[in-house]
Amino acid sequence: MRDIISKSFGWAYLIFIYGFIFLPVAVLVLFSFQDGRLPVPPFNGFSTQWYEAVFADRKLMAALGNSFLVATGSSILACLLGFLAAYALARYKLPGSALQRGLLIAPMTVSYLIIALGLLAVLNAMKIPLSLWTVGIGHVVINLPLCFAIIYASMGDHHINIERAARDLGANDLKVMALVTAPMLMPSILAAFFLSVTFSWDEFIIAFLLSRFDVTLPVEIWSMLRSGLNPKTNAIGSLVFLVSVAVLLVLELALFGRNRKT
Amino acid sequence: MTTTTLEDRERRKAWGFVAPALLWTLAFFVVPFVYMAALSLWSRQGRDIVHVWNLDNYLRFFSESALLRGLTNSLEITITVTILSVLLAYPLAWIIAERVPKRLQRMALILAILPFWTSYVVRSYSWLLVLSKGGVINQALMGIGLIAEPLEIASNRTATVIGFVHFFVMLLTLTIYSNLIQLSPNYRRAAADLGANAFQTFWHVILPLTLPGIMTGAFLTFVLCIGDYITPQILGGNNELVLPQIIMLQIGRRADFPMAAALSIILMLTVTAAYVLCARWLRIERA
Repeated sequence: MRDIISKSFGWAYLIFIYGFIFLPVAVLVLFSFQDGRLPVPPFNGFSTQWYEAVFADRKLMAALGNSFLVATGSSILACLLGFLAAYALARYKLPGSALQRGLLIAPMTVSYLIIALGLLAVLNAMKIPLSLWTVGIGHVVINLPLCFAIIYASMGDHHINIERAARDLGANDLKVMALVTAPMLMPSILAAFFLSVTFSWDEFIIAFLLSRFDVTLPVEIWSMLRSGLNPKTNAIGSLVFLVSVAVLLVLELALFGRNRKT
Repeated sequence: MTTTTLEDRERRKAWGFVAPALLWTLAFFVVPFVYMAALSLWSRQGRDIVHVWNLDNYLRFFSESALLRGLTNSLEITITVTILSVLLAYPLAWIIAERVPKRLQRMALILAILPFWTSYVVRSYSWLLVLSKGGVINQALMGIGLIAEPLEIASNRTATVIGFVHFFVMLLTLTIYSNLIQLSPNYRRAAADLGANAFQTFWHVILPLTLPGIMTGAFLTFVLCIGDYITPQILGGNNELVLPQIIMLQIGRRADFPMAAALSIILMLTVTAAYVLCARWLRIERA
């Protein structure tokens, strides 16, 4: 008897909490198909007009492209800098290496708003104009600690002998890194890359404060919010959601699925 | 002799590899941060910044109630959100770890964090669709005749808290779940052997063992929540501003960078204080 009560209580809780988690997303997607000007009940009928409006919106499409550029560019740079630093700190004895590790991780502990403000103040003082480049600089700052930490953590000592063997066979450092270390660490390098693409793609406050005319997608969506509730915002939001879930599924199957089998 | 030069050469090479990352962090993180700390000790006059060292911005913060209110609003909202999120996430993580069959657990977790993958801005906006006057909840309640007039649930503190809790329940479920599945079932068996019932086992054994995980997740929630501008700006209305909103007001409308810098430092000190307060429970894992 007690078991039945606790079981049904568990089920009731699951339904409640999953309902809470999915309610806003379900509403978002449902009313992106609204045949009318307001994305709230009653649901007037099915229409794809707002998706057409999204694809016809030049500013939105430009922002999409900008986000893609900034996310991939800043993530590649963050991974490269993070990998080189991790290689040096894991394979060589450098003075003050604990301090260096601390410095590289430090931006992780400061809120994005403060990082953005500091950069904005310095850029203003040096009279450097804001652009997608400055957004990219900010995104490398927030993603470098992440990439460094992930890659550094995976640089185990068991790889050292393979690298030594490569060196004995005449490979120089760059060759060892590019042909031996990087391929061995590819899963964690890719994990670091995709994680920082995700963060950069969705980052708002740095992109908002450090951009001027060319903006990224979250900033463009933000300016759409000023017009209040609008099914077009639902449509772009649903699109972003569906694309992220699709990418996630592909990654899950391609990257992590393979690892689990072996 | 040759060994030292070899060592020197090796060391120089290593510096070459680590230098780009260090220089990047120095130039675009440390320098801006130090500059901002200095800025907070200067003041604004008209459009210019006066480079005279003083504590005026900090003194003004503590004497002007509108500014101080920002900090207390932030703290109240953040603490409420942190506690509610833990209370909601723990049972979910527990049910997934204990009651859901092993092969379905991964699926259940992925489902529990799926809305995580909408854009952060859009996620707050979608709560507006649910909570606003013509929104789903009000329409539903009026439809079944429970209320005659729409409730004011959007554009206030309740809406901000709901929006935040929604996000952090997902985050905390992940951290608490990963903590729960690491516990050896032997603990529970031992407790049962010693005569503890289910509740006693949970209260005296499971909960204390998962406390470090809970505190780490709660601290993360605190940090991310108190520094966020988007959720309160979209869902919170204009009555009870939080610290990040006030910081944005300083640089937006008033172009008062020194004051914004001072408020940022205060925000950072608050986070540091929270860290010191719960440091003894925090267990930041090292790989």
